[in-house]
Amino acid sequence: MSAFLTYLLNGLAVGCAIALIASGLVAIHRVTGVVNFAQGTFAVVAGLCTSSLLGLGVPHGVSEAAAVLLAGVAGLLTGLAAIGRPGTTPLSSLIITLGVGVLAYAVEIVLWGDQPRSAPGLAGSVTIAGARIQTQHLLVIAVTAATFVLLALFFGRTYLGKALTACASNPYAARVVGIDTRRMGLLAFALGGLLGGLAGVLITPLRPISFDTDVTLIVNAFAAAVFGALTRPVVALGGALLLGVAETMAAGYGYGSHQLEVALGLMLVVMIVQASRRSAIHEEAV
Amino acid sequence: MLAVTGVSRSFGGVYAVRDVSLAVAEGELCAIIGPNGAGKSTLFNLVTGHLAADHGEIAFLGHRVDRLAPHRRARLGMSIVFQGARVFRAMTVRENVMVGMHGRTRSGFVSAALRLPRHRRDEREIGREADAALARVGLAEWAGRPADRLPIGQQRALQLARALCARPRLLLLDEPASGLRGHERERLAALVEELRADGLTILLIEHDVGFVTRLADRVVVLDLGRVIADGPPAEIREDPLVLAAYLGQAS
Repeated sequence: MSAFLTYLLNGLAVGCAIALIASGLVAIHRVTGVVNFAQGTFAVVAGLCTSSLLGLGVPHGVSEAAAVLLAGVAGLLTGLAAIGRPGTTPLSSLIITLGVGVLAYAVEIVLWGDQPRSAPGLAGSVTIAGARIQTQHLLVIAVTAATFVLLALFFGRTYLGKALTACASNPYAARVVGIDTRRMGLLAFALGGLLGGLAGVLITPLRPISFDTDVTLIVNAFAAAVFGALTRPVVALGGALLLGVAETMAAGYGYGSHQLEVALGLMLVVMIVQASRRSAIHEEAV
Repeated sequence: MLAVTGVSRSFGGVYAVRDVSLAVAEGELCAIIGPNGAGKSTLFNLVTGHLAADHGEIAFLGHRVDRLAPHRRARLGMSIVFQGARVFRAMTVRENVMVGMHGRTRSGFVSAALRLPRHRRDEREIGREADAALARVGLAEWAGRPADRLPIGQQRALQLARALCARPRLLLLDEPASGLRGHERERLAALVEELRADGLTILLIEHDVGFVTRLADRVVVLDLGRVIADGPPAEIREDPLVLAAYLGQAS
C-alpha cells in the first residue's frame, strides 16, 4: 500500500510537469491556432541552463528563475519565427516550430554536449502515511498548483488575459476592437516558453535532461493537450496527471522499459471511449 | 474624415472594386448601396483593413491608413459592426463590451489578480461605461448572459455597444439590418438616427434601399465595382442608372 502511495505521488509530480508543458501548448494553440512542436525544447533549455548555472555556483532560486526567463525568451523567439510574418498559415507555423526544435538540438549540443545533465533539487524526503516521497516531488506538485491558480487569475481577471481569450475566441473581431492579435500570439508563445521552462527546471533534479529529452516530453504533453482538444487547459491537466500516474505505476510494477507505451495506450483507450460516447450523444441530438 | 481615392481591388483578374473614390464628411451618415456582387463588402473590407487595396489611397482623419493593420485603424477611431456574429464566445455580454476597452486601463497583473484599489477603480469606470452602452442598445438585462446565447439581432446590438465603447470617430456598419425582423429593424434605425443626431460620423453598407434612404444624408451607389451615383437619397431614387442597376438585377 505504501508503495502504491509513493508511486501515486511520484506519478502526480511527473504528471504536473507534463501538465505545465501541455498548458503551454494549449495557450499557444488557443491564441494562434499553431501546434508548437518546440514546446518540449523550452523545458530542455531551461533544465540544461539551470544545471550549468548551479554548476557555476549561482545560488538556487536565481539559477532557476534565470533558466525559466531564458525559456520565456526562447518562446518569444520561436513565436517570432513562427508567426512573426503576417499571413503565415498555422500549418506553416507548425513546420517552423518543428524546425526550431531541430535547430535547438544543434545549439544545445554545441553548448552542453550530448550527455544527460542533472541538477540538485530539494534534498531529503518526507513520509506521508507510510510512503516515502522526495521533497522535490512535493515541490513540483506545489509549484504546478500555484501556477495553475495564477493562470486562472490571469485569464479570468486581467484585461490582458481577457484580450488573449478574445483572440482565442474570434481573432477577426479582436482586431476590430483594437487588439493586436500578432502581439497577443507572441505573448502566448512567451507564456508557453515560461511554462515549458518551469517544467524543465522542476524535473531536471528528478530525471537527467539531455538535448533529445524534448521528444518524450512533447509526446506526453501533446497527448495530454489533445485530451483537452488543445483548447481546454483543465481537461489537459487531468490528462497529464493520468499519464504521469500511469507511467510511474507501469515503471513501479515492473514494466519500466515500456512505461511510455503503457501510458499512451491507456490514453488512447480513454480517448476512444470519450469519442464514442460523444458521438452517441450527438446522434441522439440529431 | 474618410477619403477613399481611386481604390481598386481584383481577385484573380476580376475587379471587385474598380477605381472607387468617395469621401465621408464629419457628422455625415453616408450609405453605400448596390445590388449583390456590386463590391460593397470588398470596399468595406478595404476601408477596415481586412483586405489590402491593389491601387489607390485611403485616408482617415488626414492619415494614410491603407497600409495599416485593422487593429491600428481601430485605434485611430474606426469601430465596426459586422453582419455576421462576431462576438467572443465564452464571455458574458458585459465582458464582450469591456474587452474592447482594455487598452485604456493601466493596472497590471498583480493589482488585477489581487483586486487592488486601482484595478477596482479602473474596472468600475469601465463597467459603468459598458453598462451605459448596453442600456443604450437595449441589452441591459442581458449583461450577465453568455454572449453566444443571444439571438442574432441582439448579437448585432452587442457589437454596436462594443463599438460605441471604443469612442469611435467613425462607425462602420455592414448590412446592420440584414436578418432582423420588423421591430428589431425599427429599433436599430431609431438607434442609428440617435447616434447621428449626437454627431457621430457613420458609414453604412446596406442592401435594403428602403432602410437606407430614410436614414442617410448621402447615398453612394456601387454597381459592378464602380460608383454609378453619389448624392442625397431623393436624387438617387430618381437616377436612371441606379434604377437600371436594381431593375436589371431583379429581372
